Amino acid sequence: MTESKYLIQGATGDWEVVIGLEVHAQITSNAKLFSGASTEFGAEPNTQVSLVDAAMPGMLPTLNGECVRQAVRTGLAINAQINKYSRFDRKNYFYADLPQGYQISQLYHPIVGEGVIQISLDEKDPDAHGKAIGVERIHIEQDAGKLMHDQHPTMSYVDLNRCGVALMEIVSMPDMASPKEAAAYVRKLRSILRYVGSCDGNMEQGSMRADVNVSVRKPGDELGIRTETKNVNSMRFIQQVIEYEAQRQVDVIEDGGTIVQETRLFDTDKGVTRSMRSKEDAHDYRYFPDPDLLPLELEDDFIFDCKASLPELPDEKRARYKNVLGLSAYNAAVLTAEHETARWFEELLETSEAPEKIASTAANWLTSELFGALNKMGVGIEESPVSPAQAAELLGLVADGTISGKIAKQVFEIMLESGEGAAKIVEEQGLKQESDTGAIEKVIADVMAANEDKVSEYRGGKDKLFGFFVGQTMKAMQGKANPQVVNELLKKVLG
Amino acid sequence: MSVDKETVKKIANLSRIAISESEADALVPELNNILGWVEQLSEVDTKDVEPMTAVIANKLRLRADEVTDGSKRDKILANAPVEEHGFFAVPKVIE
Repeated sequence: MTESKYLIQGATGDWEVVIGLEVHAQITSNAKLFSGASTEFGAEPNTQVSLVDAAMPGMLPTLNGECVRQAVRTGLAINAQINKYSRFDRKNYFYADLPQGYQISQLYHPIVGEGVIQISLDEKDPDAHGKAIGVERIHIEQDAGKLMHDQHPTMSYVDLNRCGVALMEIVSMPDMASPKEAAAYVRKLRSILRYVGSCDGNMEQGSMRADVNVSVRKPGDELGIRTETKNVNSMRFIQQVIEYEAQRQVDVIEDGGTIVQETRLFDTDKGVTRSMRSKEDAHDYRYFPDPDLLPLELEDDFIFDCKASLPELPDEKRARYKNVLGLSAYNAAVLTAEHETARWFEELLETSEAPEKIASTAANWLTSELFGALNKMGVGIEESPVSPAQAAELLGLVADGTISGKIAKQVFEIMLESGEGAAKIVEEQGLKQESDTGAIEKVIADVMAANEDKVSEYRGGKDKLFGFFVGQTMKAMQGKANPQVVNELLKKVLG
Repeated sequence: MSVDKETVKKIANLSRIAISESEADALVPELNNILGWVEQLSEVDTKDVEPMTAVIANKLRLRADEVTDGSKRDKILANAPVEEHGFFAVPKVIE
């Protein structure tokens, strides 16, 4: 990598930052990990709770097969080792949002082993600034309930709807060296999860949140002591935590202090992290195998089916767009970053009559015209008022010369407002491009007659006036003349 | 393996069980007795023996991903010491 390294300048010299992330991703499923209660977001408090989730005596957990399938598919998507034997353990701690008094997790035998995620630091040319970030493991575990502290002066309210919802904890290696790399990692992981369909990646709703591990060291030194900042729920906050923690640790060490391995909390209002003193004993989880659950053993067929069900993933897709469709590295990267965008683009190509021919034009159109319009409207591509088929129709009209690129912009505006098809709009509003040389020649003759002085100036060597004649001709034809034909004819006539 | 009074107090705290000094004193020999009794198992050589998870051969059964439960807030909250607006209400816990 050529770009400058992220370093903290301390009084004693430069410091490197070492970052590892534990991302908690909610597994997309209808029912919870060990009960039949719904996982739907936003329901009335405590209405999506089974007696299992509330930890009533005598209740037993039964594992949801879909959650297992999604974890395995995610593992396969990052080329990770799938462990055919895994097991559930109890992680014991007391908190008001955890009625069982323990979280069912997988400490000793996780379902997914080591894998790798390829990140890029340059959106414009992802291959040039790539880096491989190791994933240590993925395990399945239960989420806790939700606490609300601001509803009552002396009480906290507990909602157990989220209690028992399935999570994947995706643990990275300490392979990241800057806030930018950490953000790129989370972005790529989110993209993969959404392609796979194992997590919706919605950070605002808490479907994805990260524990951020940060330590600092002098270049070439052993790893320093790390702190863990819990439950950071946005890309921006993750970067802020790293910046703040790295600087704080350098200051502490340079002032002669030592870093304590501890759990910290990010104060989003102040932009600082602080120690969670109440969790001093928190790492004493007294894990042991959950006696309510047998080991989870996977058959080869099951893993094979998981693999077969995977879609084309972002890296493969990007390479294909570049190498087979001939798109620019930038367009290929932008179109494949989100599964919805790629799906939209491919649907456009599928409904078009000559997909290979318009691929590049379509890519440019999508990343500039469509994205521009959607941005202005403040909606995502899945809510686009123009469908992929309608877009294909519009681009087809440009490709076969029915309308010019300029008129296409005008037609697109009308499509956005009216929802009508491009061909119909062109027909009704008489926007069809004039390619008939006879008609254009006639107009050119008029333009030249009306501007004899300019014609002689041009012939006298004032080349710049060519644009003037093009403009006048187009204006006289209300922009509907085929610009290529106009250019050719003018060159011929003006000599 | 044996435990001292400090360990007993720590375990009690982690388990959120309040014990008095005299109870802690009494628990030390009691727990050590139990640990000593269980420790007899280590006399057996279990090297190369796979841990047994069930007496009969059995497989973990998987559930279909269907919503079959929920919508029973009254039952869920029935034993709550305090309930407000459909929530459990507990003494304020905040960092």
